[in-house]
This record gives sequence, C-alpha cells and structure tokens, in this order.
Amino acid sequence: MNGLLIAPVLLPLLLGILSLLLWHHVRAQRVIAVAGTGLLTLLSLRLLIGIYRHGIQVVHLGNWEAPFGISLAADLLGAIMVVLASITGFAIALYSVGANERQRECFGYYPLVHILIMGVNGAFLTGDIFNLYVWFEVMLMSSFVLLALGGEKPQIEGGVKYMALNFFSSVIFLTAVGLLYGVMGTLNLADLAVKVRGTESTGMLVVIGCLFLASFGIKAAIFPLFFWLPASYHTPPPAVSGLFAGLLTKVGVYAMIRLFTLIFTPDLVHLHGLILGLAALTMVTGVLGAAAQFEFRRILSFHIVSQIGYMILGLGLFTPLALAGSIFYLMHHIIVKTNLFLIAGIVHYRFGTGELKSLGGLYKTAPWLSLLFLIPALSLAGIPPLSGFFAKLLLVMAAVDIHAWGMIATALGVSLLTLYSMTKIWNEAFWKDAPTPPPPARTDQSTILMMIPVILLATITVVIGFGAGPVFRLALAAANQLMNPSDYIHAVLGVSP
Amino acid sequence: MSTLILRTATRYVAPLMLLFSIYLLLVGHSYPGGGFVGGLAASSAFALYALAYDVDTARKLMHLSPVSLSAIGLLLSALSGLIGMVHGAPYLTGQWTSLDLPGFDPIKIGTPLLFDLGVYLVVLGVTMGILFALAEEEG
Amino acid sequence: MELLMAIVVGLLYGGGLFLMQRRNLVKFIIGLAMLSHGANLLIFTAGGLTRGAPPLIGEGETLPPALHADPLPQALILTAIVISFAVLAFALVLFLRAYQTTGTDDLDDLRSTDT
Repeated sequence: MNGLLIAPVLLPLLLGILSLLLWHHVRAQRVIAVAGTGLLTLLSLRLLIGIYRHGIQVVHLGNWEAPFGISLAADLLGAIMVVLASITGFAIALYSVGANERQRECFGYYPLVHILIMGVNGAFLTGDIFNLYVWFEVMLMSSFVLLALGGEKPQIEGGVKYMALNFFSSVIFLTAVGLLYGVMGTLNLADLAVKVRGTESTGMLVVIGCLFLASFGIKAAIFPLFFWLPASYHTPPPAVSGLFAGLLTKVGVYAMIRLFTLIFTPDLVHLHGLILGLAALTMVTGVLGAAAQFEFRRILSFHIVSQIGYMILGLGLFTPLALAGSIFYLMHHIIVKTNLFLIAGIVHYRFGTGELKSLGGLYKTAPWLSLLFLIPALSLAGIPPLSGFFAKLLLVMAAVDIHAWGMIATALGVSLLTLYSMTKIWNEAFWKDAPTPPPPARTDQSTILMMIPVILLATITVVIGFGAGPVFRLALAAANQLMNPSDYIHAVLGVSP
Repeated sequence: MSTLILRTATRYVAPLMLLFSIYLLLVGHSYPGGGFVGGLAASSAFALYALAYDVDTARKLMHLSPVSLSAIGLLLSALSGLIGMVHGAPYLTGQWTSLDLPGFDPIKIGTPLLFDLGVYLVVLGVTMGILFALAEEEG
Repeated sequence: MELLMAIVVGLLYGGGLFLMQRRNLVKFIIGLAMLSHGANLLIFTAGGLTRGAPPLIGEGETLPPALHADPLPQALILTAIVISFAVLAFALVLFLRAYQTTGTDDLDDLRSTDT
C-alpha cells in the first residue's frame, strides 16, 4: 500500500522527467504519455479498491510522524478523485497524440501535462495544508505555461486574466494558511481538525474560513469570482482546455469539500449557509451566461461554472446524502465535461470554427460524432438513465430531506436551462442544414485517433448511469468518511480524537 | 563586457567558484549551504563565462543542455526517495551509510546528499536556462 | 514589534491591491509582487516573533534551548518566496508577450476573449 499511495504523485513526475530527457523525440514522448497515463489509471484504480477494502491509508513522508512531517493521506474521496484525474489524463494523452500539434509537442507539452497531473494528484492526496498550497502551485504553474504555449493572441490575453486571478487566489490562500498557523500552531489537516475543537478564537476561525472560501472560490469559479474562467478556457487548444475543464476547477471544489468537512465544520463556523447561497447563485449565473453564448466552447465554459454550483450545493446542505451527491456529481462531471470539450475540439479541427452560426449539418456529415455528442450532452442536462440524472437526483433527494425547497426549484430550473443550451448546440451545429456555403471540411487532419478517448469517456458516462447503484454506494461511503472525520484523524495521527 | 582582463580572470575564478559550489553542496546537511545555494554558485560560474566569452562557450562548457540537466537533477532527487522504500520505509526516508577510508575519519553518506545533488542540478539547469534565454534574446 | 509588522503588512496589502486596480500591466505586476511579500511577512508575523536562539538541540540534550525561534514559518516563507519568484518571472514574460502581441499595456484593452 505504501508504494501504491505515492504512485499517483511519483509516476507522473517520473513520466515528466523521462519526457524532458527525450525533449527532441516527440514520438517517444507520445508513447510515454499514453502508456504512462494508462499505467497510472490502473494503479490508481488499485489504490481505490485497496482503500475501499482496508480503509484510509496514510504515508508519513521521510518517516517523520504526523503532525511534524508531511503526510499523504488517501480516503475514499481522495482516491476517487485520483482515479478520475488519471482517466482524464489518459484520455487527454490519447487525444493529444491524435491532434498531432507538432509546434506545441516540441516545446514541452507532454512534460507539462505530466507535471500538471502530478500537481492535481498531490493536491488530492496530501494531508498537510501548506503542502496543498505547494501542489496547487505546481498545478497552476504548469497550467499557466500550457495555456500560453503556442502564443496566439487570444491565448496570451486569456493567459493574462487566468494567471492574474489565480495568483491572487494563491496569495489569499497563503494569507489564510499563515493566519491559521498563527492561531493553531499546526498545518497538518488531521491535527488541525483536533485543535480547532478546543480553540476559543472562533471569531478568527470564521475570518480564516472566509479567506479559504474566497481563495478556493476563485479556483473553483463560484459565483462572484468566476469571470476568469469563461474568458480563458476557450482559448487554448482543445486537448488543453479539456484537461483544464475536467480537472482544475475540481481541485478547488475538492479542497473546499475537504476543509469545510474536516476543519471548518458547521458546528464551529457558520459558513455553510453562505456556501448554499453561493451555490444557487453560481448555478443560475452560469447557466444564464451560457444561454447568451453562441460559440461551442464558450457555452461549455459557462456550464462549468453552473455545474460547480451543484457540487458545492451538496457541501452547503451538509448531510451524508448531499455530500454523496456532490461526490457523484464530481465523478460524473469530470468525465462528461472533458468529453464535451474534446468533442468541441474535434468539431473545431474538422471545420475550423466553433461558432454555432457557421456550423451546421454535422448530423449528416458526422453521424457518429453526433451520437457521441448526445451522450455527454444529455448526461449534463440530467436525462435518465445517464450519469448526470442520478447526480442531480441525489442532490434533490438530499434537499428534500431537509426541506430546502428553494434549492430544489433552483436546481431543477437550472437543469432545464442546461437542456436548453445543449439543444441549442444540437440544433445549430448538428441538426440544422449546413449553411451555404458549407464550412470547408478539413481532411488534412485525421480525427479518427481523437475519437478513441471520446468513445472511452462516453462509455464511462453510460456505465456510471447504468451502474448507478454501486457508484452511489461508493460515493455514500466516501461521504460517510467525510462526515465522521474521526477515522481520518485516527488514521493520520494514530490516536483517536 | 568581454575584455581581456575579465576573460583571463574568469579562467581562474570560475573553477574556484565551481569548487566552492561543490563545497557548499557537501556541507549542506549540517552547516549553512546545500543544493540550492550550491546550484546558484555553480550557475554564477557559468554565467560569468557567458559574460566574459559568449553564450555558446558557456553552453559548450556545460556539455549538457539546461533542460537535460534539470531533468537529471529531478530524476536523482526523485530516485533518492525510492532507496528507502526498498527497505520498507516510507518515501523519502533518509538512508545512511558510513564510508571508512584508511587514514580518514569515517564519512557519512546518505540519500539526503543524493537529493541535494538533484536540487543542485535542477537549480543549475533552470538558472542557466533562464539566463541563456535572456542573453540570446538580447543578442 | 508586532504592531509595526502588522502596519507594514497592511501597507503592503493595501499598496498591492491599489496597484492591481491601475489597469497598467507593469503596475499590476508590481502590485502582485507587493501582495506576495505582504503574505510572506504576514506568515512571519503570525507565526510569532521571538528573539531567540536557533532551534538546534545541543549535544547531549533532549530539548532545544528554552527561547528558540520557530523554524516552520521561515521554511514556509522560503518555499513561498521561491514559488512566487517563479510565478512572477513567468508573469513578466507573459505580460511582455501580451504587450508585444496586442500592442497595449492597458488591461482594459485586453477584452477580445471576454464574454
């Protein structure tokens, strides 16, 4: 178990190093990327199974006991997220090979992707809050470069906004960590969870909680802080925006869930009501923003914002069922959203545009692609029996339990508007007759290879939908671990609180 | 910048700087120093060469490209953590052994030194990469 | 001493935020740098200011000297400085490229990707 727990961090690092050493051998880098991320997926699945069977696993790096050293601690939520990140990485690696963009691949594209995955996995597994900051920065640094790699004008402009806002959020994070250390004298998450129970400075805790909320809020793109996302996510090449859309904001959501279930619990800090309100506003503004857009990836970018609202809705409701709903939603969303961005990319590669007005008739020219678009699109809107339906169902059921009728109405209304957006894309890009003159179909680029990850992700979407029972049990087990932090604390510190 | 005086001086000073950087690297575990500072000192030696002669000379002196240097450094640091895992300890656990040379005090050698060596190479590679890029942009 | 540090931290945050509102790319970056310095100083202050001995355990002893400085905030700051150095270096290059490709250093003119 010891080796398996470190693997999601160490393997991408080694892959990144190998790719760096083979800087001029793009072909070798491609092989490493596909084989390596495939291996990573298998290892992280084994880790998840191991944790499901044997409980939370902890490694004290350098054999320095917690709370003095840095510990890696994987509970079910962390392991689930690692699996999802690995699958996304695998899909992106395949897609990048298919996209065949030499001018990027020659300038360190693959090493950056590996390091980004390392940062994401590290953030999911770490048990130390400053280490979380470091992983965030590892992830952000590589994402900055990936976003700007290629240096086209929109990319640079998007990059400026993305970088500025995320750097600002990191400063807030650092401020919060400093204040937290000043009040509590420790940085280990489990140790913090014990010490906040005995503290008298709850007023300070509220301030720190708000700072964390703002910082993760920027990273996760929740309501008043999301403007950077739709301004930057549609600018990089499709593989990169697929990777970002799938993973980066979700690391913010993960961090929020981790901190607000382990340390800033509702009995100490009354911020969950605020989170609930922000969730509703995030859902509504995101989906309304999408309704006003007419470009494939811009619509999808706004939908990320709206979907983030659902995920933190479960955190705000704060019942085991609601958290299970959030976790289910995370699983569903990462797969579906990555897939939609990849499909948007294929459309872009084939027809040279993502503007819905100049697209049309794809149903005739690319029937398989249309079918593959429908699966994640309908899943996103929450049509049964696809994964999104069950994710939303769980959240609504959790809201019914505590009579949060307003939230139910919001969630359902937003779901309807999501369906509207997806039908808009369907009608404009796939169904309506091709505009005259028809967009010139590009044949110089084979999109066959790029279809493989799309099919893979669509299959996972369907499997999550039809296997909703077992997936739900997994999510509920993860949520129960979050609601009872004593197991986590015991696993890390070795003593019961 | 590249006057005869500077060129001649560089030939004598740069090796001393490199030697000092290795000293910093080796004492780093117990005294002020370490891989980071050592790497900076070493990169200043190569930077001096780049100033006194030109970037190409400095590149040739380094033999390896900055990217490869940093990659090798990262690899050494990452692998130094794995050595402990062979003995069943967690990742990055330090492993120490003693080197007994006749006539000397025993020298303690451990994985932290390997880690530091990795840091040294990464810092050297990254710094030189940045400096070369800047110098070539200007030139 | 704490009061003085608190004022300095406040000034750094205030100055940084003010510069970030200025729309000029260069001022923006200086603002970011000031903010991160402010955060580092805040960690240092919040970790407790002690004028003490180094936290080293003497030979034959089991505890460090009674009045020793906390090494952790310094380690945190060192890490944060390196990270912010790297991010700011990248930001400088990015902003330079932004200036070269768009021909403007006014953030208000960078709105072609906005929605």
